[in-house]
Amino acid sequence: MPPAPEPGFAPLVALRDVGKDFPNGTRALAGLNLAVRPGEFLALLGPSGCGKSTALRIIAGLSEPTEGAIEWSQDGAAANGANRIGFVFQEPTLMPWATVFDNVLLPLKIKGAATGAAAERVAAVLDRVGLRGFAASYPRELSGGMRMRVSIARALVTEPQLLLMDEPFAALDEITRFALNDDLLRMWEALRTTIIFVTHSVFESVYLSSRIAVMAPRPGRVFAELAIDTPYPRDRNFRTSAEYAAFCRRTSEVLAQATAAGVAP
Amino acid sequence: MKAPRAAVRDRRGQRERTLRVGLPILVLAIVLAVWELAVRIGGIPSYVLPAPSLILQTLISDGGLLSQSLLVTLATTLEGFLLAAAGGVGLAVLFNQSRLVEYSLYPYAVVLQVTPIVAIAPLLLIYLPQHAAVLFCAWIVAFFPVLANTTLGLNSVDRNLADLFTLYGASRGQVLWYLNLPSALPYILGGLRIAGGLSLIGAVVAEIAAGSAGAGSGLAYRIVESGYRLNIPRMFAALLLLSIAGIVIFYALSLVNYLALRRWHESALAAER
Repeated sequence: MPPAPEPGFAPLVALRDVGKDFPNGTRALAGLNLAVRPGEFLALLGPSGCGKSTALRIIAGLSEPTEGAIEWSQDGAAANGANRIGFVFQEPTLMPWATVFDNVLLPLKIKGAATGAAAERVAAVLDRVGLRGFAASYPRELSGGMRMRVSIARALVTEPQLLLMDEPFAALDEITRFALNDDLLRMWEALRTTIIFVTHSVFESVYLSSRIAVMAPRPGRVFAELAIDTPYPRDRNFRTSAEYAAFCRRTSEVLAQATAAGVAP
Repeated sequence: MKAPRAAVRDRRGQRERTLRVGLPILVLAIVLAVWELAVRIGGIPSYVLPAPSLILQTLISDGGLLSQSLLVTLATTLEGFLLAAAGGVGLAVLFNQSRLVEYSLYPYAVVLQVTPIVAIAPLLLIYLPQHAAVLFCAWIVAFFPVLANTTLGLNSVDRNLADLFTLYGASRGQVLWYLNLPSALPYILGGLRIAGGLSLIGAVVAEIAAGSAGAGSGLAYRIVESGYRLNIPRMFAALLLLSIAGIVIFYALSLVNYLALRRWHESALAAER
């Protein structure tokens, strides 16, 4: 049972009864309802194959829903119209032939805005992700974590209102992932952008997000929504707190129910 | 512990390199020595098999004539190569932009490729002026690897990167220029490396087909002409020049390949330990 949208906030973007069939007959999504609040850090959590990435691609406009609708708020529509969406893939997805600087400049270059001011913006955003001094490096000269930072910098350079992240840290080791988690939270607090973060890690979703939408598979839909109302800033102390452990336990239970709901439709 | 082991490894690497350069030279020296001795001891006449020393002498004495011919052949090769590069990449881009054009023309590109050039050359010589015919032969032989490789490269673009360009609303021209062509560059350069040698072959085949009928003066023409005059040492000398030209072309294109890709592509990176 998809939860009804709560009253009292105007969603930045809302998915209404969205369904998606692939040409090979797979029903990836059915009856997906999700309302994204402006400024929130929303995690999409679910077992693999539950359509998390498909939902994200539909929001990004990279994929068309077969049924249902996507509604943008006035603000969100403006963002969508101006392409002020940032997207971070699971892989860093950098152009290997271009320097870090040129990779981050790419979105501005496509918009025909590669001017002197653009160079300053690139420098500023590289600074923000902790890559000052690496502008002239090529992607292959960087570690996996640093490449992901470049990818995040590229998504942030257009100052997006909505940042979509598709399991961005799944391929990284734990030490790197924790460091990027903390840095991402700091950037989010500074930039006040809205983030939708797809993950299959309970711990990551609880640590990062202000709200978790747990998805059930076959077909993909939102099974439950959980508020993680611990105030920000969160740091290492939160990771080891009893509160964190309780949220993780609760989320794991819901995730188990969602997975079971998918297995026996 | 580490330093001595590294030193041993370095020494082993050095020996490896010495062997790789030294052994082929040793083999060449042995073959030339046996050849020279066999000709001298056996008293083989030079119109049957000239000794290496005589070939070298001929190369020097006929140097003016042969180097002029070499320049003619090289000019044809270069023109054919440039046309093949432009034609191959251009057609591949056209195919990439329009399925209809690809469906219409691709089979004929394959036909041009699989029909032996030796069989086409005499026909071309009937319809085209000689220089144009020779050039066309060089082009036909060389353009297909460029076309096939570039097509492969344009189709091997990272899907996520393509999505990213879509997300930011890139135009077709931007996708082509900023994404498809750079992605395809390693493939294009691979095709050009093959095309370099092939355009030399195409030029030589066409010159030979033109043979005595033509007023040509390229190296292959010299070989045919020397054959008629039983000037076998000059045939060998011309052949040697052709081989050297082919080797130089190959390594020149390899160098271009390395310089263009050394910063980012796996194929051009030094092995890391």
